[in-house]
Amino acid sequence: MDFLVAQFLNGLASASSLFLVASGLSIIFGVTRIVNFAHGAFYMLGAYLAYTLATHLPGPFGFWVALPLSALAVAGLGALVEMTILRRIYAAPELFQLLATFGLTLMVEDLVVMIWGPEDLLGPRAPGLDGAIPIFGQLFPTYDLLVIAMGPLVLLGLWLLFRRTRWGVLVRAATEDRTMVAALGVNQKWLFTSVFTLGIFLAALGGALQIPREAVHHALDLQVIVEAFVIVVVGGLGNVLGAFLAAVMIAELNAFGILLFPKISLVLVFLVMAAVLVVRPWGLLGRPEAHPRASVGQAVEPLRRLGPAGLAASLLLAGALALLPLVAGPYLLTVVTELLIFALFAASLHLMMGVGGMVSFGHAAYFGLGAYGAALLVRFIGAPMELGILLGPLLALAGGLLFGWFCVRLSGVYLAMLTLAFAQIVWSIIFQWYEVTGGDNGILGIWPSKWAADPQVYYYLVLGLCGLGLVAIRRVIFSPFGYALRACRDSVLRAEAIGIHRQRVQWMGFALAGAFAGVGGTLYAYLKGSVFPDVISIATSVDGLVMVLLGGIQTVSGPIVGAATYKALSIYMTSQIAYWQLVLGGLIVVLVVAFPEGIAGFWQRQVGPRLRARLGARRAGEHTPEDWEAAP
Amino acid sequence: MSALVVEALCKSFGGLRAVDDVSFSLGETELLALIGPNGAGKSTCFNMLNGQIQPDVGSIRLYGDEIVGCPPRTVWRMGVGRTFQITATFSSMTVMENVQMALLSHHRRLRALLPFAGGQYRDEAMALLDRVGMASQAGRACGTLAYGDLKRLELAIALANEPRVLLMDEPTAGMAPRERLQLMRLTADIVRDKGVSVLFTEHDMDVVFGHADRILVMNRGRLVAAGSPAEVRANTEVQAIYLGSGALYAPEGAA
Repeated sequence: MDFLVAQFLNGLASASSLFLVASGLSIIFGVTRIVNFAHGAFYMLGAYLAYTLATHLPGPFGFWVALPLSALAVAGLGALVEMTILRRIYAAPELFQLLATFGLTLMVEDLVVMIWGPEDLLGPRAPGLDGAIPIFGQLFPTYDLLVIAMGPLVLLGLWLLFRRTRWGVLVRAATEDRTMVAALGVNQKWLFTSVFTLGIFLAALGGALQIPREAVHHALDLQVIVEAFVIVVVGGLGNVLGAFLAAVMIAELNAFGILLFPKISLVLVFLVMAAVLVVRPWGLLGRPEAHPRASVGQAVEPLRRLGPAGLAASLLLAGALALLPLVAGPYLLTVVTELLIFALFAASLHLMMGVGGMVSFGHAAYFGLGAYGAALLVRFIGAPMELGILLGPLLALAGGLLFGWFCVRLSGVYLAMLTLAFAQIVWSIIFQWYEVTGGDNGILGIWPSKWAADPQVYYYLVLGLCGLGLVAIRRVIFSPFGYALRACRDSVLRAEAIGIHRQRVQWMGFALAGAFAGVGGTLYAYLKGSVFPDVISIATSVDGLVMVLLGGIQTVSGPIVGAATYKALSIYMTSQIAYWQLVLGGLIVVLVVAFPEGIAGFWQRQVGPRLRARLGARRAGEHTPEDWEAAP
Repeated sequence: MSALVVEALCKSFGGLRAVDDVSFSLGETELLALIGPNGAGKSTCFNMLNGQIQPDVGSIRLYGDEIVGCPPRTVWRMGVGRTFQITATFSSMTVMENVQMALLSHHRRLRALLPFAGGQYRDEAMALLDRVGMASQAGRACGTLAYGDLKRLELAIALANEPRVLLMDEPTAGMAPRERLQLMRLTADIVRDKGVSVLFTEHDMDVVFGHADRILVMNRGRLVAAGSPAEVRANTEVQAIYLGSGALYAPEGAA
């Protein structure tokens, strides 16, 4: 009993810190519509900075000054980031800002290692509160009681801020309808900057408060950002009280889950999140989103089939890839094989989120299911590669059908978070079901059949299958089904009014995208000769997102360009540069600011028209995105 | 026979009775206007007719078949096309593709994975666009159209499944006077040629009184008048609603 009370209080202390982070994330999303992936990174920075200040500032007050000071300093950095980077890309397509904040996260991860080293750092104890008091016979740290109090205190402070100040009223108004607030003469620039700064301040304070309780390390950011996302969505987007309730719920689940259900402790949080979203699609205290205003002046270009130039370029690329083994050694071949696999993975994600409008934060689930589908066949029935490649993706298709059925009932960010929950559930099952999947040790010995064992032969196999897959996805996009999928994305109202069964079409699209990802996963397993749970990790899902967004979400060739660029860069940098995340992250930020439409989008809109103009108007009859302008 | 028979339709939102015991019928090949001041319940009424909103009570029969309880897609397949007050089109497609989309759905070809959608039903789509005067803009991106053109595109989409009943929610809103006249003439032609029955809401009284065969007037959720344009024009209650009774504030309970 007494132990349970202590555990409960422990949960509450974690809840406070999580609430600070999540409320900041929630406020930022509510007003700016930015899914701030870097929120965890700012939390981590707050913790590291507080550690340094607390150990260097003299006297008993040093510690107590260090906490708010570090939060303020990080908030200042946040303001700088907002003004120099994010402000330039608010007009970019939805979620593109996520890419920038992802780049920032990569940079921060390497920066903290450069500055503070890779070791775990344990902060000093809080002067004056370094003892423990007995609660039901159990000693409980006094400092944790302060942390527990911080949660409700901050909640109260935010409530007063939003209800009693003019600034708070503007923020609430902007959360409901920012276009209208701008039309009323409110300077949006500064409103966004101040909201972002406040959010970052809360995140950094959450991090700083933790230093006497937990060691500071350079993987904190991902750990925190995932939990914060879960809390924000479970609580209801933009709802601070909801975030508080959800934070308490999730923290207690973490505290007791490990005691009560050790076998499924990892999956518990995500099971609860999935359950909440299925029953209350807008979170505990959230409200259904009003029909979002179509952003003015952002006419989407219709997708076009390849013109003669595009077709020629594609054939040229295919030809070059076919001739590659003549000049390339085994290492380069293996790298290109991997690029091809990820191009298929990215294209399948694009089918779902670019064409279908269903953003997935958990597409790795289907990639991983494909890989494990083949691996389990090898492990349990000793299936040959041919059978594995044929049947492996079926597991991904089954996953897509099952999870998709739930997901298509939601839309927008909620749908995205449900896909994340399902991916984490799959990951946890594979991680914890040791008897079947080998858990952390993975499944080894998944090698191609003898005839395909040579890297050259396997390269041709992958080139053939991925090429086929890419052509098939393209074909689907331009088929009546692909049009129906796009129709549901463009206007649900109109789609339903002309007899299209939205949920069924989206469900089919979801499953199809999962199956294509599964093909990629299966090929990946045979390339590596093994599978480990990290093929399903959030990192893989995020990689997919980065590839699609980097390439340009409104183009058909975008995911392929994005996958090749991103994967090639990351493979090259991991092998050549010590602080590769810093360079890659910086590069992503630069690319985002330079090409807010993605690389392929930039080509289509900026370079393409100029090239054509130079080539002369004699080919105005070609199918180009701009040809209607030239047409009489 | 009546194309559409509406009986005792009711819909409340919380304490507000948006549509209160409304009954009327739409005759075959009739051009029927539904008018009333803002907030009278026209749009709610309209949205119930195509299944967008389900009524609390009441019945709607299309050539004898009950359509209450059916989702919009089913109502559309039964032969009710509609246009929206705020246009809803597929902004990432061309004008032509928008119409092709409706034709693909009409011919139940939505699940086809192999053919190119762009090559399907081109002639039919072009004929429909020609019908509404949009043929010259077939290749344009739908997101770049002027508002009046979007309205005409919506009409073409609505005609794609050869509807028996056409619901037009403020078809001429946002159009120039000449365009309005053209659109209503076009609608009248369609009614005559295809045997379609049309129910439309409209704020422009010139359009209503100039083109409707019959007019329904709603106020505060109730149907207060129905009849030929001349009859409605002479109705004192309608005059009071539109022109006011002279008293700015009606005493409590005197509504």
